[in-house]
Amino acid sequence: MATQHSRSAARLMMAPAVILLLGWMLVPLIMTLYFSFKKYLPLRGGDLGWVGFDNYARFVSSSSFWPSVQATLLIVGGVLLITLVLGVLLALLLDQPMWGQGVVRILFIAPFFIMPTVSALVWKNMFMDPVNGLFAHLWKAFGAQPVEWLSEASLPSIILIISWRWLPFATLILLTAIQSLDSEQLEAAEMDGASPLARFGHIILPHLSRAITVVLLIQTIFLLSVFAEIFVTTQGSFGTRTLTYLIYQRVLESQNVGLGSAGGVFAIILANIVAIFLMRIVGKNLDA
Amino acid sequence: MAREITQKRKIVNTLVAWTIGFLIFFPILWTVLTSFKTEAQAISDPPVFLFFDWTLENYAIVQERSDYARFLWNSVIIAVGSTVLGTIISVPAAWSMAFVPSKKTKDILLWMLSTKMLPAVGVLYPIYLIFIELGLLDTKVGLVAVMTLINLPIIVWMLYTYFREIPGEILEAARMDGATLRDEIIHVLTPMAIPGIASTVLLNIILAWNEAFWTLNLTAAKAAPLTAFIASYSSPEGLFYAKLSAASTMAIAPILILGWFSQKQLVRGLTFGAVK
Repeated sequence: MATQHSRSAARLMMAPAVILLLGWMLVPLIMTLYFSFKKYLPLRGGDLGWVGFDNYARFVSSSSFWPSVQATLLIVGGVLLITLVLGVLLALLLDQPMWGQGVVRILFIAPFFIMPTVSALVWKNMFMDPVNGLFAHLWKAFGAQPVEWLSEASLPSIILIISWRWLPFATLILLTAIQSLDSEQLEAAEMDGASPLARFGHIILPHLSRAITVVLLIQTIFLLSVFAEIFVTTQGSFGTRTLTYLIYQRVLESQNVGLGSAGGVFAIILANIVAIFLMRIVGKNLDA
Repeated sequence: MAREITQKRKIVNTLVAWTIGFLIFFPILWTVLTSFKTEAQAISDPPVFLFFDWTLENYAIVQERSDYARFLWNSVIIAVGSTVLGTIISVPAAWSMAFVPSKKTKDILLWMLSTKMLPAVGVLYPIYLIFIELGLLDTKVGLVAVMTLINLPIIVWMLYTYFREIPGEILEAARMDGATLRDEIIHVLTPMAIPGIASTVLLNIILAWNEAFWTLNLTAAKAAPLTAFIASYSSPEGLFYAKLSAASTMAIAPILILGWFSQKQLVRGLTFGAVK
């Protein structure tokens, strides 16, 4: 058993990481809270005093707030739907016997390693450009009018770009989960005459439920703070201004720090609600 | 009979999987191909796939005009520097949590994870302000620090899950033989921990390399890594597809190669051990 000596040594070994993270969490958090109660315009007078909950009220009642909530929900929801449904299907496919499985896996996973600014720009210019983009060529080849993707169908376009990056992530995790499934159980079900659909519904899907939840929660946390994909494509115009982007604009572009900080507090609360569920699952796993 | 059916199924599986795999991979393939075209061929209608005059001039031009090597160097310093620093801080922490667990260990681990969930934009201004005050804006030192801190929870978690798989009996045996804490770490633990540490380092280099919130907001000209360099192509310059492609290919190639080696670790690292 651990001695008193090794206990204090252990504490000492943990100290740097704990202290650094504590500082990293508390200092900016307290500053954000502090600014959120102030009228603070660094370029136009600086600190103009305490305003109570004024910033919170103004952030919520501003005309861009609800559209930004809507854009956030649509993007997060759309990407989750696409990546989870396709992810399950692709994971099932990859689990089947085939030739060159290793290479196919690599092809499936590759987009996750692409820098977000690269993927966003490649999609924006080389695929979605209404004049020279590949989609425009394709549309013209079929005699159709090329679409201005990022302005006429801005949200679906952004959802496509982000999904392309996260589908591999979902597929890979779901595949890992499927591969841990006891194959005897499936064979037994098959021998009992269970149809493929029944086997999927009664054995595979329940087995995957935890992996699906984990993918859902982790992606939600990352998707709530999507930034680069919007920054290099629409800059928040055409209805793609998410909550994250709105706060960024308030804070850095219009330098209205008080207002932006109030928005930041909302974003932190929102992310924490999701995080609580994720932590519960991860925590349970820690006990096992 | 059954054999024939499985054989047929295997052929169908292979065809379907390869087709989908090709489609998913296509944007990357297309970018790499375009990087070897001239600007005229890059936008030709109908598009040309393989039969064009392959050229390397785009790579030369990108390097010459925008000093690509400098951005690459910044990316390397930031990704590798923050990962090494983070690992040095995390190894002792993860080690103590895995081998000398206390009642609080679980809470500390979960709390560390929770700091990772803090949305960056919520603390953008404070960090920006601190950076200005400390003269860290647009410096590699500043970015290494931020990158270390945002990836610290993942590094600790990954190392913890790897360390926990090292059987405790080995340590007991070493202690019985009179090994000191130092001996324990150097001769027993390190050799067994190296693979886990290597995987952790690999995944974190990838995450830091691709990070595109702090790198975009806290750098300008001097310390900008490749993420910011590529973002500068969102101006009309990005309409030069061949050059955009050459710059992109150079930015993603190193990490694609690293990424293929780290598929397995990716699952463990990004799900915090919840899916293995």
